[in-house]
Amino acid sequence: MILLENITKKFQTKSNVIVGVDDVTLSINKGEIYGIVGYSGAGKSTLLRCMNILERPSSGSVKIDGTDLLQLSNKDLRKARQSIGMIFQGFHLISSKTVFENVAFALKAAGIEKKAITKSVEELLEIVGLKDRINQFPAQLSGGQKQRVSIARALANNPKVLLCDEATSALDPGTTKSILTLLKRINQELGLTIVIITHEMEVVKEICHRCAVMQDGKVVEQGKTYDIFSNPQQPLTKTFIQTVLNFDLPPKLLQTIHGQLIKLQFCGDMAAEAVVSDMLQTFEVQGNILHGKIEYIQDTPLGIFIMEIKGEKQELDNALTYLRQRVNKVEVIVA
Amino acid sequence: MNSLIELIPELNQAFFETLLMVGIALAIAILLGLPLGILLYVTDQGLFLENKFIKRVVGIIINLIRSVPFIILLVFLLPLTQLLVNTTIGPLAASVSLSVAAIPYYARIVESSAREIDKGVIEAAVACGASPWLIIRSIILPEAKPGLITGLTITAISLIGYSAMAGTIGGGGIGDLAIRYGYYRYDNTVMFTTVILLIVIVQFVQYLGDFIAKTVNRR
Repeated sequence: MILLENITKKFQTKSNVIVGVDDVTLSINKGEIYGIVGYSGAGKSTLLRCMNILERPSSGSVKIDGTDLLQLSNKDLRKARQSIGMIFQGFHLISSKTVFENVAFALKAAGIEKKAITKSVEELLEIVGLKDRINQFPAQLSGGQKQRVSIARALANNPKVLLCDEATSALDPGTTKSILTLLKRINQELGLTIVIITHEMEVVKEICHRCAVMQDGKVVEQGKTYDIFSNPQQPLTKTFIQTVLNFDLPPKLLQTIHGQLIKLQFCGDMAAEAVVSDMLQTFEVQGNILHGKIEYIQDTPLGIFIMEIKGEKQELDNALTYLRQRVNKVEVIVA
Repeated sequence: MNSLIELIPELNQAFFETLLMVGIALAIAILLGLPLGILLYVTDQGLFLENKFIKRVVGIIINLIRSVPFIILLVFLLPLTQLLVNTTIGPLAASVSLSVAAIPYYARIVESSAREIDKGVIEAAVACGASPWLIIRSIILPEAKPGLITGLTITAISLIGYSAMAGTIGGGGIGDLAIRYGYYRYDNTVMFTTVILLIVIVQFVQYLGDFIAKTVNRR
């Protein structure tokens, strides 16, 4: 659906050239929710803005649904942008216009007739659940409501793609969740391809099917969200994962540990407790779970437990061998 | 007191002359200064009609006119005035140079009030695939409207001041009256009366401008 090839974006400043995006090639499938994470300044926002040519790449090609956007005339590019919705961190609503007029603007941009506009706007506001606010001004709405209006505006011309530039970063956790739920629903019901830029791993975990991690203008890692969470490769990716799956033990607790400290990771539908209790019954070891969590990454569980095991050296080794056969990942933290 | 009553017809005429020349100049400012200001804004770097050449050329012309003192501009424009209205005296003649001064003045005010608009809003409109004309009409103008009206008030008041200068070279109006009676004939009564009249007009224009700006602000 979206095919970025060798995208490079350089910015010319007075003294030097800054490379915002450095030779990024990315392919996003139709109907998927794709997340791009990274710290601020990593170039993720610039990359997203290249997807609808708000930022013209210095080199490379941007293909949406087979159309090379960089080859289009201004007029055709405007036409193409109508099928690429975009929402922003700051909502960017027209403050002097009502909710109705804000959504109607996108339809006007596409040259839709007045009569049809009224009907469409009502339908769109129905989708985002704001029909009762139709005549209010943006200043009268909460952040979440403003973002809903901007989603309605972005969906106005039945786009194929929705670009979200830190769309939930300015919202509180509860509102973030409701906006994410809305995006998920739109994705499922309208089959929309959604690209989300964020620095919150929580957002990726919640709704992204696949994701990419960016650093210094480059994509350093990408893959299915579940794989990224269960098996991160790059140090940066691990740091990001830790924001959601943090298993640091308190230092005081670590001092009291005498046995081996191990970290077990269960992927998918493996019965974690059964494996652990089997292990304890089969071998002469004592086990003590210190930390644990089952995180659901889009309905697939990912369980991580930290255990202390004590016993004879031989028994411990046997127990570990047994665990390695039954569990996805066993990591000895303190031997 | 008697001299004041005698003065009323002349004062009345002067008042309407001022109104006429300032009115014409304001109308021209809206007609030409507004689009020029918008042009300056939308050709700015990073905006949807970015164009360094146009931006620079228009900018230089505007600065050129604005750097000429108005009294010099008056004299300088006499041939143009002659060409346009076939005379160089009277309020109609004065309105030519007032207009020429008003256009760049208002254009700069329009440009700066347009800059106050959140760039993100314009970007969102570009992302919607809106045409430049639609963005100007549906976003820039309504979003900048309070600023545009305040700017028009400022322009109007400056023009009232300028119109007095136009009076000195035969433009008519209140300023002309003040100078003829007050300055040349040492008639303080008339001078004070005209000054008070000018103060009242300026206050009224300011009040009216503020009121309209407040009314159109829909946020």
